[in-house]
This record gives sequence, C-alpha cells and structure tokens, in this order.
Amino acid sequence: MSPRLRWRKFVSGFMLTMTGVCAMVAVSVLFLILGYLAVHGGTSVNWNFFTKLPVPVGETGGGMANAILGSAKMLLLATLFGVPIGFFGAIYLAEFSSGSIAFVVRYAADLLNGVPSIVIGIFAYSLVVHPFRQYSTLAGGFALGLMMIPITLRSTEEFLRGVPNPLREAAMALGASKWKTIATVIVPAAYRGILTAVLLAFARVAGETAPLLFTALGNQFWSPGWTHPTASLPVMIYTYALAPYDDWHRQAWAAGLVLLVLILVINIVARAILSRGIAVPRS
Amino acid sequence: MQASVRPALSVNLPPIVTSAAARETPEALAMRMTISKLDFFYGAKQTLFDVSMGIATNKVTSLIGPSGCGKSTLLRTLNRMHETVRGAQLRGEILLDGQSILAQDVTALRRRVGMVFQRPNPFPKSIFDNVAYGLRINGSKVPISEAVEKSLRHAALWDEVKDHLHKSAYELSGGQQQRLCIARALAVEPEVLLLDEPCSALDPISTAKIEELLVQLKDICTITIVTHNMQQAARVSDFTAFLLVGQLIEFSPTPQLFTTPGDPRTEAYITGRFG
Repeated sequence: MSPRLRWRKFVSGFMLTMTGVCAMVAVSVLFLILGYLAVHGGTSVNWNFFTKLPVPVGETGGGMANAILGSAKMLLLATLFGVPIGFFGAIYLAEFSSGSIAFVVRYAADLLNGVPSIVIGIFAYSLVVHPFRQYSTLAGGFALGLMMIPITLRSTEEFLRGVPNPLREAAMALGASKWKTIATVIVPAAYRGILTAVLLAFARVAGETAPLLFTALGNQFWSPGWTHPTASLPVMIYTYALAPYDDWHRQAWAAGLVLLVLILVINIVARAILSRGIAVPRS
Repeated sequence: MQASVRPALSVNLPPIVTSAAARETPEALAMRMTISKLDFFYGAKQTLFDVSMGIATNKVTSLIGPSGCGKSTLLRTLNRMHETVRGAQLRGEILLDGQSILAQDVTALRRRVGMVFQRPNPFPKSIFDNVAYGLRINGSKVPISEAVEKSLRHAALWDEVKDHLHKSAYELSGGQQQRLCIARALAVEPEVLLLDEPCSALDPISTAKIEELLVQLKDICTITIVTHNMQQAARVSDFTAFLLVGQLIEFSPTPQLFTTPGDPRTEAYITGRFG
C-alpha cells in the first residue's frame, strides 16, 4: 500500500468515526436528560403529584395539579389563538400571494420566530396585563399563542407548497373553485405535515417559561376561570429549582420529567399520525 | 361574430373524401367548439397567432407539432386552464355550443370541458373517491356509486379495480392511474374531453389501451388530444391540426393530412425531416 493510499484510508476512517461519534452524542443528550430527570424526579412522580396542590415549606408531599391544569389551559388558549392565524396565513402565502407581499410576510414571520421569548412576554405584559392590572391565564395563553403563529405559519406553508401542482390542476379542471381546491385537495394532501407542524409548535411553547413570568405570574393555589394568575409547569420548575429546599428540588425534577414526557408523547403521536392515510408520493 | 367563424372553418376543412370520418362534409358536421382568430400571450411573448379551427362534435381532433409549437397552450385555452398561469392573456373568440367560453363562469365551463394531463395525477384518495370527486364538489344529485361505476366502465378500468375501490389510487400502475384520471374526468359527464399528451409517461401496452379507449369514448363526448406521437394522431383521430411556432399550418381530416398534406411544412414534419 502506498503511503498516499494509507493516508487516504486513515482520513476516511477518521472522518467516519468522528461523524458517528457526533451522531451518538446528539442522540445521547436526550437520553441523558431523560435519565437524569427520572433519577432525580422519578420518586416524586406519584398520584399526589397530579392531584394535589403544592404544600407550604416544611410539609412534605403535595403536588402540582394546579400547574398542570394551568399549563393545559394556557396551551389550549395558545392553540386556539395561534394555530388558526398561522394556518390561514399560510394558506394565503402558499396559494394566493406572490412577490413582495409574500416576501414581507415570510420575512416578518421568520423574524417573529427569532424574537426572544422574554420579549414576547414583555409585549404581552404591556398589551394584556398592564391595561387590566391583572396577571391572568388569558395573558399567558396570548403570549404562548403569539409564539405559535410563526412556527405554524412557516411550516404549514412549506407543506402546502409541497403539494404537487398537477393535483391543483386536476381539481380546477373538474370545476373546483380555488377555495374548493384548497379545502378538498390541497389541505387534505398536506394535512399530515400540517398536523405535525402544529404539534411541534405546541411542544415548543409547552416548555416556555419566560413569557409566562410576566403574564401568568404563578400561583400556589387553583386559578378559577381565565382572569387570575395561574401556576404553570415551567414557572413552577423555575421557582422550585431556585428555592433552597430539597423537597422542592425533587418536585422541580418531577415537573421537568412530566413536561418532557408530555412533549415526547406529542412527538410520538405526531409520528403515528404521519404513518396513517394516503400520502402523496414524491416524484 | 359567429358568421365570420364558419367561412374560416370551411377553408380549414377541405371536403376531401378519404375515410369514413371524412366522408361527411365539414359543413354537415356539428362543431362542439369553434376557435376564431385566437392570439395568445405569456406576458409580452406571443405564443399563438391567429388560430382558427373547429372541434367537431363526437369526433377526435388531434393537435400535433414540434415542442413549443403552442399545441398544449391551445388545448389549455379550451377550458381556460391557461388562467392559472400568471401573465397569460388571450385575444380572439372561443365558442362552446355557440356561446363564448370567456363570458362564462369558469367553474361551470370546466365541468363541461374536462381535462386529462400529461402525467397521471390522481388525488391522494381512494380509487372511488377520486372518481366521485367531481360529483361531490358539484353537489351532484345522481347516486354517486352508480356514477362511479359507469365512469370506470367507460374508462375500461372497472374490471381491474371493482374489488378494491377503497384502496389508494397510488397502488395502481401508471396506465391504470391515467385511466382513473380519465374516469374522474368523465364522471361529471363533460361534453368535451381535452387530453394533453396523455400517454407520454406510459408504456406501449398502456398507451394502446388508452388509444382504444379514446375511439370508444367518441360516442359519449367530443375529444381533443395533444400528442407528440404522429402515429398516435393517425390511429385515433378524425381530424388533425398541425401547428408550428404558434401558427396553425394545416387542419384537415387525419387521413388526408398524413397522406396528402397540403403544406410543404406539414409534409416535412410528418416525414420526420424536423421535430
């Protein structure tokens, strides 16, 4: 073997190993986090955690039922607010607009996507919290919904654009109007991608803490209705992790575990949906 | 307007008797569609020049010519599919049963003038739902499953798919998919069926099936087909129009165009000297 060939074989082997190791590291981070959370918080995840209110310092036990419900309520609001705007905006972008308007909207959505979540929080604070002098579930849901708009919009647009043009032509040639074509062919052809996008946007904001600090604030008790400060899992993790009590730390780990498992489940559901129904083959 | 259309047609359809189809004099043939003085532009670029011709009722009319001659463009103006392209613009008149298609509601027009495309483009739905699509969106009152069966029979696909109507359309072969697209177009009972090189993505056996089908379909609708394949035009059509760089060079009964072309350019094309 010539030295040149040996060198090339060495480089090849080295690069292959390196890319493999990097791939392993990328994957193992998730499992490390999961394992870490399970070890530290696993013991605190029990029936009480899902059903009881937090207890005062010094007492053991108690749970985060109010935070779980608070997160659920805010995520529901965020989805109802952010997803329709993102979805219909994407339909406009993908099917109707062209040139400069589309460019501006797309660019603005990308910028909005890049706005730090704390800034979104301040914005929601000045728009919803400050005028009413009230932290609320509503304000938290609004802030999270704002964050869902650009994610839903951009990915839905990509999936709509991915629908092959001959399908549009086929529908139009059968006498379908533009709206009917969109409703009966384009969206059904892209629905799996769109649903995945929505679930990923959901998972993304489910863990947001910063926008909730200014809007939902936090609460040690139940938050009736929509207009009172409410607890949420991410803010609970933040407060409990900073507190100097071992029991609270365990609760924070447990909350982290619950949050992560929730997001994992959503991802798995998204994958499961992707594998059902009739997909448009790639040509 | 209409008065000026007929004389132009009789020039384009010389009454030379060579085949069963052409034995009828053109004047006696009813015209489902008439195109007169059609100019077409993509932006500033003109792609059709002063095209006038008729599409005879219950006949097959084929449009031939080299790539870029405007035959597909001409076809797409007949159900106004050109409007989906930005900057497309036409001048002139196109009549369907004596009425201007440009003045009609475009969705109503497209139900009467159906289209089948170059590549099979079934929807990501079941075989049944593909055929039923046109009926459903138009709120048709006819029983859907009967109409679906009828269309699939017309498209010579029924026997192959009747046991798995609820399977994905993508499980069919390319030729079957194209016949499914024909069935889908037929389901709304169009008066005219436009086919844009329907066999260009198919193997010879599938092509033969579709050609056979076209000849049968004449009984239920009027057919216009764009084809690259001159033998195909000769086999299936009653009339053939030859286009070259946006101009209609010759429009005659098919046997005549292929045996005694009236224009040296037609002769050069059909004998393979260019194109």
